[in-house]
Amino acid sequence: MSIIKMLNEFSSENLMNKKSSRRDMFGTLSSFGKKAAIAAVPFGLASKSTKATAATSMFFDHVGPLQLALTLEYLEAEFYLKALESGVLEGGSRSETAFMQISKHESAHVDFLIAALAEDSIDSPTFDFTAGGAFDPFNEGDTPMETSRAQLLVLAQAFEDTGVRAYKGQAGALMGTPYLEPALQIHSVEAKHASEIRRIRGLKGWISGSERGDGMPAVTQDVYTGEEVTSQAGIDLVGYNYGNSPIVGDVTAAVTQAFDEPMTGETASAIASLFIVNES
Amino acid sequence: MKKPVVKLEFQDNKGSGSSRRRFIKMSSLAFAGSTLLYACSEDDDFNPGMEPEPEPDPDPEVFDLGSGDLGILNYAYALEQLEAAFYTAVRSGAYYAGAPAEEQELFDDLYNHEVIHREFFRTAIGAATADTPEAMLPDLEFDLEGAGIDIDSRESVLATAMLLEDTGVSAYNGAGDRIELADYLVIAGKIVSVEARHASAIRSLLNVNSADFAGDDVIDDNGLDPAADPADIYSAVVDLNVVATPFTANNLPAPQHES
Repeated sequence: MSIIKMLNEFSSENLMNKKSSRRDMFGTLSSFGKKAAIAAVPFGLASKSTKATAATSMFFDHVGPLQLALTLEYLEAEFYLKALESGVLEGGSRSETAFMQISKHESAHVDFLIAALAEDSIDSPTFDFTAGGAFDPFNEGDTPMETSRAQLLVLAQAFEDTGVRAYKGQAGALMGTPYLEPALQIHSVEAKHASEIRRIRGLKGWISGSERGDGMPAVTQDVYTGEEVTSQAGIDLVGYNYGNSPIVGDVTAAVTQAFDEPMTGETASAIASLFIVNES
Repeated sequence: MKKPVVKLEFQDNKGSGSSRRRFIKMSSLAFAGSTLLYACSEDDDFNPGMEPEPEPDPDPEVFDLGSGDLGILNYAYALEQLEAAFYTAVRSGAYYAGAPAEEQELFDDLYNHEVIHREFFRTAIGAATADTPEAMLPDLEFDLEGAGIDIDSRESVLATAMLLEDTGVSAYNGAGDRIELADYLVIAGKIVSVEARHASAIRSLLNVNSADFAGDDVIDDNGLDPAADPADIYSAVVDLNVVATPFTANNLPAPQHES
């Protein structure tokens, strides 16, 4: 059983389906710890410590979620650094300005998570941002520059929207740990990034239904599937009578925009895996 | 628009330079001997949240947000009421009427989302307090004019929108570790990222082609957004002089972990 599969068991989707008190949560998390102790780290990455699990059993619940987060941050951090090095974006453009600011944050998130994980930290995977030749975002082939430029923004949107959903999906597993609050503080920064990249691409800053948006290739649909939720905590917000505060325009679109949905660790890792070179 | 029913004044706390100096006292309310409107209650760890603890109530006329998860829900509901009221007003003002289509559409969306959030909390809290309806935050009244907010001015509208969205992000981030029930944490997570998307969009509208969308003015060197204590959010919002319905936040839960 992979750790990602186990993360899945504790994803918020599952938590939403049962009314668990915090005490139940602790019970759940401790059984999680036992199972996780015998699991491999995600993506077959080598842990920096071979005896990490024993040493951290008390707080083990945070390790899997934070390792997933670190993997996603490694992906983002390297992507933005390489994008800026490639010179594909026009100097002084809104895209370049955004990439520079986002790059700073993603690199900081990597450092922060390495420090938080301490001996449970993991090394960066090897990334292939062409996804096996499907993209040429750094214009290393003979792709027209305009195409590479558009692909940089496509990938940035996919990574940021994935980040928002992935952190959200791990929040439940971090409950009761000192890592919940910083994870939330990273989560909202990813959402700010996503909004700006989407707006640069001519989209709204928020997600309507499960639409990936104009110009996003079909391969990115996994990032958005599951965003179409119209009931929250059992309350049907589309059929709701808004009385003196009528919704402007399409109610279903508005309701789905108003709530971002979590993503399971399994989905997040599957998306990241598209860009990870399997070295084993 | 209704005039404020509460007048606010600052109460200095003996030259301390901290934000405590700016702690607000609602002068029209009688808080016998108490200058703090807020205090963490440390003894509610095992309160499942839906049963407000009996409190020595200094003024039974003034609503207190309550304790446990219900307190946090009411707290979020108060913020969403404020945001929804603001965007409702914006759409009736001269700035909106003359704004470019793109900006009108943006404010339509913000209005929609905040109304949906408000109505979600109204319904969720209403269900959770079915047997104790007095524990649900009532409809608040707001006085934007009294707070110096000019809905006819683009500058005032955008500045206020940025303040409210930044406040929302910080408030939800700071509330997460005080929530007991995983379901509520996930809901808060679903909302806070939308507030963050709003903050980014407003900031980008205010200063396009800049790093302000996720600016260094709010995000720290670790790349982290703020996570504010409810006490600080409460005093900041009271400080805006925009909430015309008095309420207190004396019993909100403490965080599980200090960070």
